Amino acid sequence: MFPEQLKVPLGKWVNQFVDWLVINYGAAFEAFADSLLTLLVALEQVLRGAPWWLVLIAIAAITWHASKNWKLVLGLVIAMFIIGMLGLWDKAMQTLALMIVATSLSVVIGIPVGIAMAMSNRLRAIMLPILDTMQTMPSFVYLIPALMLFGLGKVPAILATVIYAAPPVIRLTDLGIRLVDPEVLEASRSFGASRKQILFGVQLPLALPNIMAGINQTTMMSISMVVIASMIGARGLGEQVLMGIQRLDVGAGMEAGIAIVLLAVVFDRIGQAYGKRSQRTPNTGDAQ
Amino acid sequence: MSHIEIRNIFKIFGPDPQSALELAKSGSDKDEILAKTGHTVGLHDVSLSIEQGETFVVMGLSGSGKSTLIRHLNRLIDPTSGTISFNGQDILSMDIPTLNAFRRKYLGMVFQRFGLLPHRNVIDNVAYGLEIQGTDRKTRNEAARKWIDRVGLGRYEDKFPDQLSGGMQQRVGLARALATDPEVLLMDEAFSALDPLIRSDMQDELMKLQAELHKTIVFITHDLDEALKIGDRIAILKDGKLVQVGRPEEIVLHPADDYVRTFTRDVNRAKVLRAKSIMQSEQNVALEDNSRRINVRDTARLEDILPIALQQEQAIVVVDHNDQPVGLIDRQQIGAALSPSDEEISTDR
Repeated sequence: MFPEQLKVPLGKWVNQFVDWLVINYGAAFEAFADSLLTLLVALEQVLRGAPWWLVLIAIAAITWHASKNWKLVLGLVIAMFIIGMLGLWDKAMQTLALMIVATSLSVVIGIPVGIAMAMSNRLRAIMLPILDTMQTMPSFVYLIPALMLFGLGKVPAILATVIYAAPPVIRLTDLGIRLVDPEVLEASRSFGASRKQILFGVQLPLALPNIMAGINQTTMMSISMVVIASMIGARGLGEQVLMGIQRLDVGAGMEAGIAIVLLAVVFDRIGQAYGKRSQRTPNTGDAQ
Repeated sequence: MSHIEIRNIFKIFGPDPQSALELAKSGSDKDEILAKTGHTVGLHDVSLSIEQGETFVVMGLSGSGKSTLIRHLNRLIDPTSGTISFNGQDILSMDIPTLNAFRRKYLGMVFQRFGLLPHRNVIDNVAYGLEIQGTDRKTRNEAARKWIDRVGLGRYEDKFPDQLSGGMQQRVGLARALATDPEVLLMDEAFSALDPLIRSDMQDELMKLQAELHKTIVFITHDLDEALKIGDRIAILKDGKLVQVGRPEEIVLHPADDYVRTFTRDVNRAKVLRAKSIMQSEQNVALEDNSRRINVRDTARLEDILPIALQQEQAIVVVDHNDQPVGLIDRQQIGAALSPSDEEISTDR
């Protein structure tokens, strides 16, 4: 047996810390949660309120814009149509809203963090283990304090999704910037470009294919969180899966599972199409 | 005062350059310092004066520090010790905004692997320096078009770098460096990545441009033939140390040591040597039979004098830019100039 005297009461300290956070900053957390919730609810209302064919047209338009490939447009419209035929349209729209908010939040946080990591080796050394932790820590572990801080519902679901889904976009932003040809950077410096001019004129545009791949992965990971998110009260397709499990209704679970996969496929293909587009030279369409 | 003054530059790479600097200053060489401290000496006490309007070539093999040296001139690399000034202005004391302003206004650089921005087309690449300066789109596109035409890429304005051949890409690189009308052009192995024929074309093109523009050009190369062809003066670097600085003919005729001699041995002397350096100086060349003789300019290359020498028995009269005779060349002198000296042969064998 490991000596009892050497046991560190980490769990107790964490509990005390969370209690302290709740007592001292509860109001601030609530205000933050409220604003996030307002955003999510508004988006959810738009998506659920819009006629189904309008949503299909919107997805078709986005796909066309990304890929200029009518086969892909047709395929993705059919995928969305099938979700509707499974009777899960409304729930899919709820999941969609959650995903869009969580992915946007991940990207808004992730790209600046990735840029900062690319600029500083020290920050990178600190961030890498944190990112590893974010991706490997079982999500229930941080769901508990999130629940205590934000209560049951959509907001902790979004935060859990962001924690799980942000690392890829952070990593790939960092990687993309570090992979920019050093001679191109030297050229830019030799012409007297400031750091800002180099970042926005050279590094970010050249890192864009990698950043797009990161956003795509982040989107995929946020979809894979929907089931877990539903356990803490987020509505949507995950809720249906959970219900299928609880009632041993294999069919209902399967339907919801298929809908989640289809939604993932739609987002993956749109994301990939944008990623490919960012690698092309605009006027010819030649891949580099 | 020279245009560019480089004084006692040391560059040492490693975690604690100052400690190794003391060793280097006290005379230890590159290998010794690497063995003792683990630091790499990039440049060892290099001092150079580069004049306004000259094409100054720095020649050396890989690892000689030549690329490090050229990066000191626009402070892409800062020296461990030493001073660098342009027209008396110390560039090492500049803060970042001043340095950037100086780079924008004063310097253009051309890179070995071109360093073009792959996401921009030719015209936007050429206009890049002007864009950094904050010039409006119309003005910078006009200037860019002018330079694109000048380097012969008129029909390729809208192409992207990956759609062009290496030679064309480097023309874009050259146009980009010239578009800001810098006083100093830094060229880091600019033609080394090109095919031999294209390389020769680009050298000719550069010399043609330089004849009109009179920029101060600092050109880095590992190819002595290239150095001899385009350089007004040549500096030879070895292991971060300056071995010899001189005009092409001085390098070929009087190599400073065996290292330089190994390079110059295979040089086609007829292409390098000029009438002035092989003639026998004679102020009072008999003018009366001048009409029967063929004159050559003192800047004529030996390869152009050879056929004339083969046609006539008499010595050839060398004249200066005022058509005044300054010396004579006979067949014997040509023969001597074409073959390496006895001293060299003895050291070679």
